[in-house]
Amino acid sequence: MKAKVFVTLKPSVLDPQGKAIKHSIELLGYNGISDIRQGKYFEIAIEGQQTAEQAREETMRMAHDVLSNPIIEDFRVEIEE
Amino acid sequence: MKFGVIVFPGSNCDHDAYHVISKHVGQPVDFIWHRDTDLRSYDAVIIPGGFSYGDYLRAGALARFSPVMNSVKEFAAKGNLVLGICNGFQILCEAGLLPGALIRNRDLHFICDHVDVRVESTNTPFTHELKAGGVLRMPIAHADGNFVCDDGTLDELRREDRIVLRYCDRDGQATEAANPNGSRDNIAGICNRERNVMGLMPHPERACEDLLGSSDGRDVFRSLAGTLATAV
Repeated sequence: MKAKVFVTLKPSVLDPQGKAIKHSIELLGYNGISDIRQGKYFEIAIEGQQTAEQAREETMRMAHDVLSNPIIEDFRVEIEE
Repeated sequence: MKFGVIVFPGSNCDHDAYHVISKHVGQPVDFIWHRDTDLRSYDAVIIPGGFSYGDYLRAGALARFSPVMNSVKEFAAKGNLVLGICNGFQILCEAGLLPGALIRNRDLHFICDHVDVRVESTNTPFTHELKAGGVLRMPIAHADGNFVCDDGTLDELRREDRIVLRYCDRDGQATEAANPNGSRDNIAGICNRERNVMGLMPHPERACEDLLGSSDGRDVFRSLAGTLATAV
């Protein structure tokens, strides 16, 4: 089983990296981009006999306690069987 | 009075802090490896600058899980003094000992420069010998020093006089132009509600000798030692 975790900055937190990336992409001539936000992506390989629901709960805890800083970031978990 | 300087893999201002405590404060000081957990013999602990765990994941995020950090939490809960400098400030925020977080600098650069900061509160064990409103010159060296917090936290910090240092210009004005990294409200240093834990991005330990460009940081350590001397 694989857990995927997406960590993104909260909408209220400025993302200077995303802004710089957007600027560079626009220099290449891409128009119509209103915003780019940079985030982090984790793939967690899970062994054992857990159900998808157990794996999701455990991954949610990991994402909350370690992978993200809840003060500035949100996260989303996907489980792939 | 005895000081401890915590050493994580990747700490690089640990020796500077050690040097200042032994030479300028003139007190005994030990390095404390991050796997050690016994802080009973110390009166104050310094979490130094550097790049603990290579700043992997987020600055300070992995250091918070080192065994010594549980002891630091207990040490702080008993009212003992904890000073986090630069990476130490980031670690204290990640560990929940101080509010807010430190994110990438506004202009994305790693900034290595001397800056001016204004003393906003002298009501801390780390600043009581400083002059309120006085301007200190200290170096900064960080990529992630942009202090952020929500509106409620900012109100609380202001109301409780917990903003200890603000970035300012030579005249002591906390202007946007004098804000090197985009920190909210020009915040360069804060303390906890109990006032025994302080974090700051500038490096007072690298500003204790005129040869290094400034000796303004000495007063921070003098305050700290003064607090401990009266407590003993």
